[in-house]
Amino acid sequence: MFVKQISIFLENVKGSLYDLMDLLGNGGINLLALSIADTTGFGIVRCITRDDQVDPALALLRQGGLIAKVNDVVCVQMPHKPCGFANVLHVLKENNLSVEYCYSFCRSTSDDAVMILRTSDKHRCVQALQQAGVTMLTQQQVDAL
Amino acid sequence: MIYQPEKECISREQLRALQLKRLQATVALEYKQVPMYRAMMDQKGVKPEDIRTLEDIRFLPFMNKTDLRDYYPFGLLAAPQSDIVRVQGSSGTTGKPIVVGYTQNDVDVWTEMVSRALAAAGAGRDDIVQVCYGYGLFTGGLGAHQGASALGAMVIPMSAGNTQRQIMMMRDLGSTVLCCTPSYATYLGETIREMGLVPGKDIRLKAGIFGAEPWSEEMRQRLEELLGIDALDIYGLTEIAGPGVAFECLEKHGMHVNEDHVIVEVIDPVTEQPLPYGTPGELVFTTITKTGQPMLRYRTHDICTLDDTPCPCGRTTVRMSRITGRTDDMLVIRGVNVFPSQIESVLVSIHGVAPHYLLEVDRVNSADTLEVKVELTEDMFSDTVSQIEAVRQLIAEQIKSVVGVQAKITLVPPRSIPRSEGKAKRVIDHRKY
Repeated sequence: MFVKQISIFLENVKGSLYDLMDLLGNGGINLLALSIADTTGFGIVRCITRDDQVDPALALLRQGGLIAKVNDVVCVQMPHKPCGFANVLHVLKENNLSVEYCYSFCRSTSDDAVMILRTSDKHRCVQALQQAGVTMLTQQQVDAL
Repeated sequence: MIYQPEKECISREQLRALQLKRLQATVALEYKQVPMYRAMMDQKGVKPEDIRTLEDIRFLPFMNKTDLRDYYPFGLLAAPQSDIVRVQGSSGTTGKPIVVGYTQNDVDVWTEMVSRALAAAGAGRDDIVQVCYGYGLFTGGLGAHQGASALGAMVIPMSAGNTQRQIMMMRDLGSTVLCCTPSYATYLGETIREMGLVPGKDIRLKAGIFGAEPWSEEMRQRLEELLGIDALDIYGLTEIAGPGVAFECLEKHGMHVNEDHVIVEVIDPVTEQPLPYGTPGELVFTTITKTGQPMLRYRTHDICTLDDTPCPCGRTTVRMSRITGRTDDMLVIRGVNVFPSQIESVLVSIHGVAPHYLLEVDRVNSADTLEVKVELTEDMFSDTVSQIEAVRQLIAEQIKSVVGVQAKITLVPPRSIPRSEGKAKRVIDHRKY
């Protein structure tokens, strides 16, 4: 029930995000979702691609001298209406799980909203959301977005 | 004032006779008591009896900082451990510090050298000496303290830091002599001025003895103006005793080497041959009165010049110039000796292998700053900021604990630190002295 995410270390200097996007774009990699965490010194770019683009993307990044890692995140789908995300977060709070970061997908096949979640415990997170009846997307479903 | 005219103004001839006698005794002691040095002498085919004149010192093998590391902690003691009354230390070239054991005799020798330095700055029993060197393994604090106590002066053992309190005590107690690093003295002086205090009125300092880091004539002028004092240089190293091995008199024309306690040489660092007075080279010291851990021909890696022309002050001892450089990559940051290899050992201990790194040293508001740029590796990287910050903090804490200096850690992308001819440049020092 996990989706693969690529994280990339970037120096917080002018032009570094462009260089990254240029590298991935010219390599034919399309990003389905993207978020950036920044500090004064560095940034972490996190993104989702289709499953079959993860390895080519990693190869490109390493060739480009960048540090990148793949890890599992949870992808939830929720009604696109007030409190849609609050209801999901409520489940996490009740289960004593903390959100380390989250970001939303730009696209969705339905009227629903789609978000990426990184919590303190991915396995318990999936379990809790499943029990609460929250929809989660598989990698295959994400690939089709 | 000259603390011990009979010793400090001794004729060169008498001094040389005394040095030879003491050198022979020290070599005999070392050969008998320190297996490591005996082996080194045997390898060179030198016996204690071969030292017949002072010039014969050149037959003796050199000692290095690595010997102190390899025989850490007590492998170089020439006295039984029960006779050792003190241990002082300083940074080694890697993770471990070097330690030096002192007998009571050695503490007394060291104290005498510092008392001479203080007296040369005009200090005596009526003076109030404020010591703002750190107290501890570092020889600065205790060294200045002991020397001032033996003079009969009043000592204020402030130790390092807390500038506001330093200035309050300086003002309230009327300190007349200041002992600290020249960069901290500058900072104190600037703060005093900012507070609107007037040297000569609110602040009664008359002299400052500054050491533990290299400084310049420009800094001397600035310090003398800021604080209204005579600013004098003092030199020393833990391996030999501590501060006081050499000191300036009010002539401010080089530091008098305490030649009745040490023999000083300047050598060509490559050929290892002694150089004549007046030629710059690497300083080498031999202790001739210490009994705990004597050092024979210890290579300091400090570059300077010796001057044996007579000094108007009346002291007959040779003077050494300011330290103009190093033959190795040691840095002095806020009075602490720092080797890039120490930082490397910290990085290795955390990550197993050393990532590429670069030390950038600067001076901001009279205080030295150290920034360590570390190229991020995949092991250190994570998708969360908190985990990367934790890596940064761990490196900073380890450097603080091993090296003793607060460093700013900056993580940079791989291959962003320039390499020259395949070998990374480890240090950029932006400081101007």
